[in-house]
Amino acid sequence: MALLEVRDLTVQFVRRGEQSFTAVDNVSFDVEPGQTVGLVGESGCGKSVTSLAIMRLLAKRGNKVTGSVRFEGTDLLKLSTKDMSDRRGRDLGMVFQDPLSSLNPVIPIGLQITEVLERHRGMSRKAASVEAVDLLDKVGIPDPSRRLSEYPHQLSGGMRQRALIAIALACRPRLLIADEPTTALDVTIQAQILALLRELVQDTGTALIMITHDLGVVAGLCDEVNVLYGGKIVERAQRHQLFAEPRHPYTHGLLASIPRLDAGRGEKLIPIRGSVSDNIPWDHGCAFAPRCPNALPVCREVQPQLVPDRGGLLRCHNPVRPAVAAGGGTR
Amino acid sequence: MNTLLNKKKEPIDKLAAASGNSLGREALRRMLRSPVAITGGVITGLFVLLAVFAPLIAPKDPFERYLQDKVALGQGIIPGSQPGFPLGVDDFGRDELSRLIVGAQNTLLVGVLATVIGVLLGIIIGGLAGAFGGWVDTVLMRLVDVMLSVPSLLLAISVAALFAKPSQWTVILAVSLIGVPIFARLLRGSMLTQRSSDHVLAATSLGVKRGAIVFRHMLPNSLGPVIVQATLTLATAILEAAALSFLGLGDPDPNRAEWGIMLSKGARQFLDVRPELAYYPAIAIIIVALGFTLLGESLREALDPKNRR
Repeated sequence: MALLEVRDLTVQFVRRGEQSFTAVDNVSFDVEPGQTVGLVGESGCGKSVTSLAIMRLLAKRGNKVTGSVRFEGTDLLKLSTKDMSDRRGRDLGMVFQDPLSSLNPVIPIGLQITEVLERHRGMSRKAASVEAVDLLDKVGIPDPSRRLSEYPHQLSGGMRQRALIAIALACRPRLLIADEPTTALDVTIQAQILALLRELVQDTGTALIMITHDLGVVAGLCDEVNVLYGGKIVERAQRHQLFAEPRHPYTHGLLASIPRLDAGRGEKLIPIRGSVSDNIPWDHGCAFAPRCPNALPVCREVQPQLVPDRGGLLRCHNPVRPAVAAGGGTR
Repeated sequence: MNTLLNKKKEPIDKLAAASGNSLGREALRRMLRSPVAITGGVITGLFVLLAVFAPLIAPKDPFERYLQDKVALGQGIIPGSQPGFPLGVDDFGRDELSRLIVGAQNTLLVGVLATVIGVLLGIIIGGLAGAFGGWVDTVLMRLVDVMLSVPSLLLAISVAALFAKPSQWTVILAVSLIGVPIFARLLRGSMLTQRSSDHVLAATSLGVKRGAIVFRHMLPNSLGPVIVQATLTLATAILEAAALSFLGLGDPDPNRAEWGIMLSKGARQFLDVRPELAYYPAIAIIIVALGFTLLGESLREALDPKNRR
């Protein structure tokens, strides 16, 4: 049995008197113990909302969440508020994008770690403090015992993200959701944080859902990748498969728009034209059709279904052919 | 192993012991280095000392009506300046300086108590509204709207009039109610901002209990504006208490010395003949208000860990 089974997860933003907007549309995926799964897509594709829905952190008002999120067989969406709160931090942890604003500015780092240990593991303040030193040490913070009494603003950006990871992993959750954990950091620190995450995941056997728009992060970390577009999964593949032979024109466009080491000298980067605002509703065809270089007339009429494709899944009427993809561009 | 343990032990003990008040101790250390805080602290400290030891410091009996015989003989003028009375005498021939000194006591009591009660009630209402949101917020904020829609003095008068026997305490209660809606609004506003802040979301994602989120994560981050507003309210509270006493809704004792009463009496009755009778208590109120404001401002700054070096 998979550790996490997300089935037909749908999140609608509902406003009275307005048409509701479907941010996440029938998303299903599994996470096996110890596996790292990527959710990739540009801003507004629903990847963060998916993670918040799994953690049940979306406000009740204005959001309609349907489907099921089974964690070790228990549907998280059906748990009482209290039971869910007991599981957060203990079974599922989360690391957010901006490490400065995600830490409480008026409480020392140490107290923010011990708070979680006291809450879930029933430790005394003193025992929790000892454990906190270990945790900070493990995430590579130098002189951890001194850091305990320091405040978030006294740490550097990379340190703060390390501290957040330490807090999220304090109770050894079996699943960690990282929502763009490196976006607010500069490139050298990004690499360190990713290396740290990879190491921790390997050491502790924690499953990881990596939410990112950065394919470089995916390449370095994920076993399996889900590409989201317009709230739906448009392609799922193993990491190597995805990079070697992207099938969906959107995935292909994402890959063509980032620089590659093996590209020829002077080769141009090809952006995906248009923006998310060009999307057409899924029930009128493929949301990506207006921006798609491969679009056929059928793409604007019939909604493509998610079908098995080369060991993964694909939602496209006219996928990129491997030979063309290897050629480095379709336009 | 042993050395490692010892190395770890010391700061852990410090954290375990000081985690509750390290913020306060740190704030105190920072305030002692700030000239603004020291100025505010000295003024406030002197005022408190003056209030506590007033009967010992006052050079004359503040309630004794001096010079009555002279006035009767047409030799003296009251209110007016007289040899032996540094700040002159009031319309009953009482020593103005002694009354100012003794008045510090009542003024401190009324101002501070009214503000503190107002802040506490405001924190309860605003805190509940901000912590729960939804219908609790709606109901409490409509209540606050009603309180705000009544002119503050009218509100205080109606509250004071509810009590059969006017006294100092009815004044304190009435004046404290004036501040409640403002404190409640302020706190509710910053609590709502905190509710949707990233660190509260992060704490929720860690399973931190609701009570801990409110008291450890939301409230301490929201109190700054309330503290500053409280120091500003203190000065107005003194004046509003004076207005109530003047209208006969306070302590009816005519001997009672209080800066607000002295000011309103001086301003209304003797401004054209003896303006100094209004100036002295006014200056005293301004200095004390300044002291509290400086202290409050520097306190807010000291409590904000972002300003820490």
